[in-house]
Amino acid sequence: MADLAIREPFELNAPLIEGRRSYSEITSDVARVVESRPPRFWYIALAVSGALTLVFFAVLTHLVRTGIGIWGNNQPVGWAWDITNFVFWIGIGHAGTLISAILFLFRQRWRTSINRAAEAMTIFAVMCAGIFPLLHTGRPWRAYWLFPVPNQDLVLWQNFRSPLMWDVFAVSTYFTVSLLFWYVGMIPDLATLRDRATTRLRQIVYGVLSLGWRGSARHWNHYEKAYLILAGLSTPLVLSVHSIVSFDFAVSILPGWHATIFPPYFVAGAIFSGFAMVIFLMIIARKVYRLEHLITMTHMDNMCKILLATGTIVGYAYAVEFFTAFFSGNPYERYVFVNRVTGPYAWAVWTMFACNVFAPQLFWFKMFRRNIAVMFAVSIIVNVGMWFERFNIIVTSLHRDFLPSSWGHFTPTIYDVLTFAGSVGLFLTLFLLFLRFLPVIAISEVKGVVPSPGQGKGGH
Amino acid sequence: MASIFSKSTDTYIRIGVLAAALGAGAAIALGFYLANPQVRETGYAPLQPVEYSHKLHAGDLGMDCRYCHSSVEQAAYAAIPATEVCMNCHVRVKGDSPLLQLVRESYATGQPIPWVKVHSLPDYVYFNHQAHVAAGVGCVSCHGRVDQMIVVKQVEPLSMAWCLDCHRNPAPKIRPADQVTNMAWQPDRDPVEIGRQIVESKGIAPPVNCSGCHR
Amino acid sequence: MSLVQISDSTPKPLETGRRYWRSLEELAGTPQFRRWVEREFPRGASELLSSSSRRTLLKLMAASFGLAGLVACRRPQEKILPLSKGVEHYIPGKPLYYATAMNLAGSVTGLVVEAHDGRPTKIEGNPRHPESLGACSAFAQASVLSLYDPDRSRVVLRQGRPSSWEEFARFAADHFRAEVLGRGSGLWLVAGSQPSPSYEAVRNHLLGRFPEARWVEFEPISREAMRRGAELAFDRRLETLYDFGKARLIVAFDADFLGVDSPGVRAIREFSRGRAVVSETDSMSRLYVAESRFSITGAMADHRFRIRSSEMANAVEALASALGLMPAHSGNFPWAAAVARDLAAHRGASLVLAGPGQPPEVHALVHLINEALGNFGHTVSFVAAERAPGEASFEELAAALASGRVQTLVVLDSNPVFAAPADFDFAANFSRAATTIHLGLEADETGSAATWHLPQAHYLESWGDLRTLDGTVSIQQPLIYPLYDGRTPAELLALLSGYKDQRAYDIVRNYWTARWPAQEAERRWRRALHDGLIEGTGAARLVPAVDRRRVLAAWRPRPAAGGIELVFYASPSVWDGRFANNGWLQEAPEPMTKLTWDNAALISPATAKKLGVTSGDVVLIEHEGRSAEAPVWILPGQTDDSIAVALGYGRTVCGRVGRRVGHNVYPLRTSRTAGFAVGVNVRPAGRRYRLVSAQDHHAMEGRPLVREATLRYWREHPDFAQHAVHVPELKSLYPEHQYTEGYQWGMAIDLNRCVGCNACILACQAENNIPIVGKREVARGREMHWLRVDRYFTGDEEAPEAVFQPVACMHCEKAPCENVCPVVATVHSPEGLNEMAYNRCVGTRYCSNNCPYKVRRFNFLDWHKGLEESQKLVFNPDVTVRMRGVMEKCTFCVQRIEEKRIQAKAEGRRPLRDGEILTACQQTCPAEAIVFGNINDPASRVALIKKQNRNYVMLEELNVRPRTSYLARIRNPNPELV
Repeated sequence: MADLAIREPFELNAPLIEGRRSYSEITSDVARVVESRPPRFWYIALAVSGALTLVFFAVLTHLVRTGIGIWGNNQPVGWAWDITNFVFWIGIGHAGTLISAILFLFRQRWRTSINRAAEAMTIFAVMCAGIFPLLHTGRPWRAYWLFPVPNQDLVLWQNFRSPLMWDVFAVSTYFTVSLLFWYVGMIPDLATLRDRATTRLRQIVYGVLSLGWRGSARHWNHYEKAYLILAGLSTPLVLSVHSIVSFDFAVSILPGWHATIFPPYFVAGAIFSGFAMVIFLMIIARKVYRLEHLITMTHMDNMCKILLATGTIVGYAYAVEFFTAFFSGNPYERYVFVNRVTGPYAWAVWTMFACNVFAPQLFWFKMFRRNIAVMFAVSIIVNVGMWFERFNIIVTSLHRDFLPSSWGHFTPTIYDVLTFAGSVGLFLTLFLLFLRFLPVIAISEVKGVVPSPGQGKGGH
Repeated sequence: MASIFSKSTDTYIRIGVLAAALGAGAAIALGFYLANPQVRETGYAPLQPVEYSHKLHAGDLGMDCRYCHSSVEQAAYAAIPATEVCMNCHVRVKGDSPLLQLVRESYATGQPIPWVKVHSLPDYVYFNHQAHVAAGVGCVSCHGRVDQMIVVKQVEPLSMAWCLDCHRNPAPKIRPADQVTNMAWQPDRDPVEIGRQIVESKGIAPPVNCSGCHR
Repeated sequence: MSLVQISDSTPKPLETGRRYWRSLEELAGTPQFRRWVEREFPRGASELLSSSSRRTLLKLMAASFGLAGLVACRRPQEKILPLSKGVEHYIPGKPLYYATAMNLAGSVTGLVVEAHDGRPTKIEGNPRHPESLGACSAFAQASVLSLYDPDRSRVVLRQGRPSSWEEFARFAADHFRAEVLGRGSGLWLVAGSQPSPSYEAVRNHLLGRFPEARWVEFEPISREAMRRGAELAFDRRLETLYDFGKARLIVAFDADFLGVDSPGVRAIREFSRGRAVVSETDSMSRLYVAESRFSITGAMADHRFRIRSSEMANAVEALASALGLMPAHSGNFPWAAAVARDLAAHRGASLVLAGPGQPPEVHALVHLINEALGNFGHTVSFVAAERAPGEASFEELAAALASGRVQTLVVLDSNPVFAAPADFDFAANFSRAATTIHLGLEADETGSAATWHLPQAHYLESWGDLRTLDGTVSIQQPLIYPLYDGRTPAELLALLSGYKDQRAYDIVRNYWTARWPAQEAERRWRRALHDGLIEGTGAARLVPAVDRRRVLAAWRPRPAAGGIELVFYASPSVWDGRFANNGWLQEAPEPMTKLTWDNAALISPATAKKLGVTSGDVVLIEHEGRSAEAPVWILPGQTDDSIAVALGYGRTVCGRVGRRVGHNVYPLRTSRTAGFAVGVNVRPAGRRYRLVSAQDHHAMEGRPLVREATLRYWREHPDFAQHAVHVPELKSLYPEHQYTEGYQWGMAIDLNRCVGCNACILACQAENNIPIVGKREVARGREMHWLRVDRYFTGDEEAPEAVFQPVACMHCEKAPCENVCPVVATVHSPEGLNEMAYNRCVGTRYCSNNCPYKVRRFNFLDWHKGLEESQKLVFNPDVTVRMRGVMEKCTFCVQRIEEKRIQAKAEGRRPLRDGEILTACQQTCPAEAIVFGNINDPASRVALIKKQNRNYVMLEELNVRPRTSYLARIRNPNPELV
């Protein structure tokens, strides 16, 4: 499904880089970001997000010392914001791999300006996501039992029939591969920074990070191979990770969870939210660091199209969910979906529809695809909507299942809110540090798409 | 400008990375070694408030375990004897030995003797002596040659894996009911063979499911 | 399903938290306690804090890492403290069982109590005892918690200041002398009802010494109206006894005889036996209930008539006249004729009864009806009820107090300052007596107002004897030495009167042995202790004749009074307030409303509309110038214009659990309106109050969860229960387990027998160390009960029927919880148990999400935080006390299974007998609704029951194969009335 979206005819003949730029200019444009003192905006943003991050760790400490009870989770709603946040962040992570791997394999050269930032975003999102499955457990100090490490007695193993186990593997693999991919891609640029470095400290740090890259033909040869292999490796992950995350729900017997459409539905949703987040971050980055000529309107336009496509797929998935519920004739299944649109959480469901299905439809029109303000608004709306999607799937299915006697209600506590806000803070902090210290755009690859002289790397 | 790293730096870095990896591996290995119940639990031999020698009583004097640990056949616990039990003999034998001072005081004042627990299981484990003795598991199987210990020492890990070894294959540890308290049991035939016959005749099938021990 | 709307209360954030653990913090503000509360992992944490150990920590860090690790790994030294001298019959770790008896407001139940190493932990009924027959009530089950209640009064108080028994003894010696009290004209004694021969002997001795002293029996919830009714009918003071087992037809007027109107369990046992059916050809009894409050008896009724308590007399009159016992009646009771015909068809095998809230004339008329129906001697019999010499009514006491004629007032095991009728101003006049002495379990409203408060011994700490209504006497033997230096009422009276025996043991033993031939005394005493009752006791049953003329003469027609009536009833949780500090009972959901930690003004949906209020609105109730506030709870099936509110809540001087829990309505209850008050004025107070119900949704949504049919329909469709839902051919992806080997445990619950009395919930709580979580956490939906009793309403919203369904872990053969647990913490045993290994659980809660019955319970917080030492004594040592962060659920009482299995092995590896293993819920169930056993043995009771055609499995279409199945509910309506 994903590649359907990508194969849409993009205006490939339109220049991907605006204005006639020499290689050295491009290099300095990107390097400047790292080398010059950051703008005031950066400090303000870091202060805010840093504060949130501290709150995050404070709440988590309280959580571990006091128990899950500080959240609003209850019987029957055993999972609530904790797993909602997990799925939300994992979803965000998807665009990165998609852009780097799949678009790379499909030779979508317009990706070059944004893939670096998108990959960074992936790493940070997965880091935020990973925290929740571990700390949502009642006894986090025993969470290591979730990993197949031989424990004290070498007699107790894990239950490989449990989707939560599959999750552990899926997420950790995904994180490892994305990290390698990101890092390998950065090596030539780190070397560039090393060579341009003016201070000894920078020379040493970037020197070590660039692993002795000298840009020789042999290096480039190995680099291209490694990059291609990693791209090949992570392509299936784009599909597998969120499919497996969706199994957490699909494998259960709970009405509203037990659905075969979940894997494609989750993957589309993930790419959807991921791209929304990329747009959000890119708009800020290009504005603050004046990179409009590298991250051009063409890029934005293309991403909006992907948003439109995936958003529509998600809308279709919603429709199918409701259809199957009624077609199945299963009264419990039916009730769950009636309850979603009419029950106590109907407001959340309608928010989801509005944000995910209707908002992106704006992008049928070119004027909106080229309007930064609209994009910015929609990218935020979509992320809100995608958070609510996960909330609805989890909470509205749990709070009313088979026996009316055990029906309940979930009300978040202040700690639920702080935990989520904190994770956002952590994410932004990491991203800001990335902007400050690492090449936000893949210099070498961008050079490959400069109109002339000649197409060098990037490959035909 | 000039590169700050000499060619050899690569080598150093490679070596460094390798060393770090090996070090981490070693640390983890050590961790597992120390965490292993065989290492962590066995060999615990605390000093007791009274210098009571099992070697003397159970070994040299050949007293039966059940004389003192009388509840072993009826209850989950093999009770530590009441001071009374000591005094049954020690009013006559060594009635004035200084080693028995605490025992005599306890008997006189009614204050219990604070024996130190040697074999200790977690609270969530429900071990039952009665069941094991009834099945014919020898005391020695879990407690070792207590009749040769002057100070009692834990010789087995008493870990879940160790328990399961026997629960999955009880025959080697099963003996005739009259030999349960015999520390030095040496049958003329193969003990495992004897065990197997008893297991069959008694229909012994130890639980290997959770609630067998955890409730 | 018109019920959805009214019942769908979606929780809003709580107002000011009066939450159990919160109020715990109020207790003894000692710094130790606060530290104890704050620290998360009791032992370890404080270790690191103390300076000395910090130094050791530094030492360790100085040492090499590995070494530090080793040192840290060394286990803390544990001590074993064996007894210095052995105790007879006592084997460490082996529970011992003693027979004793419990008294609740004069109703006595024989018990067998399990003691672990000297601590009573679990209470069961005594099968030999006529009022228990092996079962016991929720009150009895929970009473063991009260024993260890750290808020019980621990010291003698004089003017509120700590004193001692010695000081009191000195005071008593010089106060209770003829020189001081003369012939005792100024001496009054108030006591809770305690039918006990030896105690009465001591009492009579005291009254002998002070002939003019007056004795008053005071119970806020008493059978006095019934006794007065008997007096009216027979001109004799008699106790009325019913035999529900022999009754094929029962007509109850405002009588919740399965619930709070008979606190014992015999009624339930006998009634449920009358309802028992095996095949559709069997006959079953029929129950008509006319009542104002929707009670559990009403829920069991085949016909329920919603009639206001104040019109109940007219209803009885209508029935009487339909039976031709009275002139024709004009009242609008269309059913009367049909019921009368039905009764006439069951002469001698029917039973008509009225509730203790009804006035004496009604009871007298009911006697007349029963006599006319030839029920005397069959389903109704009588025993004589003696008065104490110089017994006075509470009214007289109040008058004497008001006029200052009371110098010395002794209050025994009673709390009149809290519960006295409002019109007596008892609390105000209490202090007018020069000397007031209070003996009670807690320094309650009365104790704190008295000049002397004396700690009373809990019944599990006391020697004594107790007599049931039918005269059977049980010896009450203590399970544990008094924890807080308490004494029994008999001991106090002995002290005051200089009785020949002073210790409770001597009092009761000498009383009885003196009555037996010397050579037999010892044997009969031991026998009595062993059996729990004394052979040869039991009063003669009388069958007196009703004085018809008196009854009819006393009868005056009542015009149907208008306005709203207020009905008082005993709380099934705190009774009259005496159990207010018992957390188990406070958290047990009230059977019909499922409310916990509160009482409420129960009103019908129509009345709610009329008053413009909804559940949670506080209303101001006024009557005769008195007023009280209470939150409204809409209860479908409640009679219109009738408000029912439970007594006993809103205690002000109480322990940390019960203080200011709920609303006190005693201020509205006068001596004339003990049962109900007519013409009360109700208006919204404009406030809202958070009521917490353990069940938010009360309709079945058309899902076949509880399956029921009428007897006739069942006879036409014998297999209706199996065909309530279509079950397609189901295949499983996973390999089939083989469940053909050995024992295969299963359970069957007969919904036709269950009356929803809560006894099973409390039994499970006591047996399995289930914590309480407090009102706020229940509101969050975090209650921990392994066994819950679901209550659904069916039919019309105004006059619905109600059904009960006990739900615990179903032990599914294909348990959905098992394959989703990532750490294999919940797995299947070869015997079909769904096992939960707490020590392996990491708490992902996935199992709970995937459980279709939602029977799993998660420790969201550390529920045991801040327990006092005494509170830990109640724990059952055979069951792990779960820590926070782990999942738990019903285990089919696996500890009991293993105990019996080990016993069987020790006894030459014999096979387990059917019925040898009883789950806690099954053992205590007064209705015998729960049967557990080996379904692999075709001869076992459970296997036979599961073969019945009423047997069905809830949510069968999910193919999870539960081991617990249900027997469909059967109603037996009168064809004439349907």
